[in-house]
Amino acid sequence: MALPQAKQTATEARLAALSLPEGGWSGPARAEALDRVRAMGLPGARDEYWKYTRPDTLVAAEAPVAKVVADDEVPLFDGTDRLSIVFVDGVFDAEASDDLTLEGLTIDRLADAPDIHWAKDLYGRLETHGQTPVQRPLAALNTAFASDGLLIRVTGKVAKPVNLIYRHADERSDVILHHVVKVEEGGDVTLLENGPAAARLNKVMEVDVADGAGFHHVRVQGREHDRRAATHIFARLGTESTFKTFTLTMNGVLTRNDCVVELTGDDAVAHIAGACLGDGDFHHDDTVFITHDAVNCESRQVFKKVLRNGGVGVFQGKILVKPGAQKTDGYQISQSLLLDGDSQFLAKPELEIYADDVACSHGSTSGAIDEDGLFYLRARGLPRGIAEDLLTIAFIAEAVMEIENEDLQAEINARVEAWLGRRRG
Amino acid sequence: MLEIKNLQVKLEEEDKQILKGVDLTVEAGKVHAIMGPNGSGKSTLSYVLSGKDGYTVTDGSATLDGVDLLEMEPEDRAAAGLFLAFQYPVEIPGVGNMTFLRTAVNAQRKARGQEEMSSTEFLKVVREKAASLKIDAEMLKRPVNVGFSGGEKKRNEILQMAMLEPKMCILDETDSGLDVDAMRLVADGVNALRDEGRGFLVITHYQRLLDHIKPDVVHIMSNGRIVKTGGPELALEVEQNGYADLVEEA
Ligand SMILES: Nc1ncnc2c1ncn2[C@@H]1O[C@H](COP(=O)(O)OP(=O)(O)O)[C@@H](O)[C@H]1O
Ligand SMILES: [Mg+2]
Repeated sequence: MALPQAKQTATEARLAALSLPEGGWSGPARAEALDRVRAMGLPGARDEYWKYTRPDTLVAAEAPVAKVVADDEVPLFDGTDRLSIVFVDGVFDAEASDDLTLEGLTIDRLADAPDIHWAKDLYGRLETHGQTPVQRPLAALNTAFASDGLLIRVTGKVAKPVNLIYRHADERSDVILHHVVKVEEGGDVTLLENGPAAARLNKVMEVDVADGAGFHHVRVQGREHDRRAATHIFARLGTESTFKTFTLTMNGVLTRNDCVVELTGDDAVAHIAGACLGDGDFHHDDTVFITHDAVNCESRQVFKKVLRNGGVGVFQGKILVKPGAQKTDGYQISQSLLLDGDSQFLAKPELEIYADDVACSHGSTSGAIDEDGLFYLRARGLPRGIAEDLLTIAFIAEAVMEIENEDLQAEINARVEAWLGRRRG
Repeated sequence: MLEIKNLQVKLEEEDKQILKGVDLTVEAGKVHAIMGPNGSGKSTLSYVLSGKDGYTVTDGSATLDGVDLLEMEPEDRAAAGLFLAFQYPVEIPGVGNMTFLRTAVNAQRKARGQEEMSSTEFLKVVREKAASLKIDAEMLKRPVNVGFSGGEKKRNEILQMAMLEPKMCILDETDSGLDVDAMRLVADGVNALRDEGRGFLVITHYQRLLDHIKPDVVHIMSNGRIVKTGGPELALEVEQNGYADLVEEA
């Protein structure tokens, strides 16, 4: 079917501003992805899946300018023993990065990986698979045009986290990064990501978690106000595997985080969590799609949003339980704390179930700060501001507690506290 | 210490008078009890004194050591030495009990211009006081009041009181929902704090608690007023004859 004229024009305008990188082994996957983009067209305001978030600035040929903000805080995860890999406006910075060797995994760069590469079987595959039943054209665009990214193959239990640090230096940078993570049987890895990355970032991460393997992910999307990001995680989970991801977003004029997870092996566990704090010109969209296609799997989605001064939060979350996926345990909660009357939370939770022996629940709430709690704390001597901060941290705690590592939990909480402190008064 | 004069209070939202002229003075070192039927305004009195929203004072005054309480923010009343053990302690999911206690202790110290308590000292003191109330380490770690039994919540209130060392303590039905052992623990906790510089206002529906915390003065409250004041024997009278006689007499 031909695309509507406006969509086709917008898509071609964007494509004209890009050029396909020298593909090597990824060439065929990129060419196919480009075909997919042309067939689907890039997202437009009329698309159902973009009902609550305007895609125009994510799709435009040029990235809107984003002021670079000097971060005065101690860099995130500084206290953690880790392997650091730095990208500046999407360009790998060897000088600032650690040596890419660590026991239990291999790391290559998409931009210079040798021609016969394991990632050939994965690059763009999970993304392609994730295009049904809902189209995700920005992810296909990413597969076609990604300038770099990491190809991480995990073969054992990795002793320390891998930390991808995304710096932003150019107020016009427009970056497309694509990572592939393959966690093989018995492997286990923690991936940390932080930083604003670029004025506009399009990032895809494909994660294949084999039987009995584990993948843990903590991401903080940078404190900058003007930056825009559209990110996708596509994950496939094998038998008895674990996949846990948590994202903290503070500031950012526009963020759309898609997470597409398919549980394909029995007894797999997927936890997808996020907390965002937005003030003023802030639009944050979490869109999650979980497919249960195996027996006795568990999925949890926990999303918390704190909004003030007109900030907007969006949650679209779906649990699809396929025929035969018995004993599925699916939980989804999305909540917002609106600190004033100007802010807005839009939620669209969905369940689609084709098996009879399942336990799925979803809930979505939106509310102001709990007055009884506030009075209780103040009656114990806590000044109003501190009491409100404490209740705000308490509000997002259910999401933060999805992070298994308690040191990382504490680090995330400290960032939230600092954010609240800066905003007060 | 606490001086309440002709206190008249109505609800902010509706035109309903709840306190209709309460007069009450609690001297330092004394324990006063307020008894009375449900709905007579006991909790309202405790809330108005501690600064909860939703009430309008239409007449009268309340002072603590001569300072007007009614104009102050709740946190300033706490820093001035007022403490309310809630009839229904509030659950605060996500805030650890220990964090809460430390934040409260230090906020009050700061407000009074004192130095913050070091974390080692704080830990030592809190463990000691918790142990005497049979509050274990697990309960200290858990979020404030979340998943606590009724008795645990009340003991937790007393722990907060012990840590904050207020000069004027109001206990609102701290005995309700407690079994005999828990009541003894709570009473011991209160008695341990009794000294000549500190006043207590113990609100209770039943006489039981007053067997353990011996009051100096007992007031009967009914329909928004103190209708009778006497010694400890008044509590026994209530125990034997109920409120009907006393309330009618008034
Ligand atoms: N916020 C409120 N809204 C409506 N009615 C209230 C409110 N607070 C108190 N009241 C009413 O005021 C009266 C006194 O209540 P309360 O102070 O709780 O009594 P007590 O503690 O003695 O049982 C009751 O009739 C109660 O229903
Ligand atoms: Mg009451």
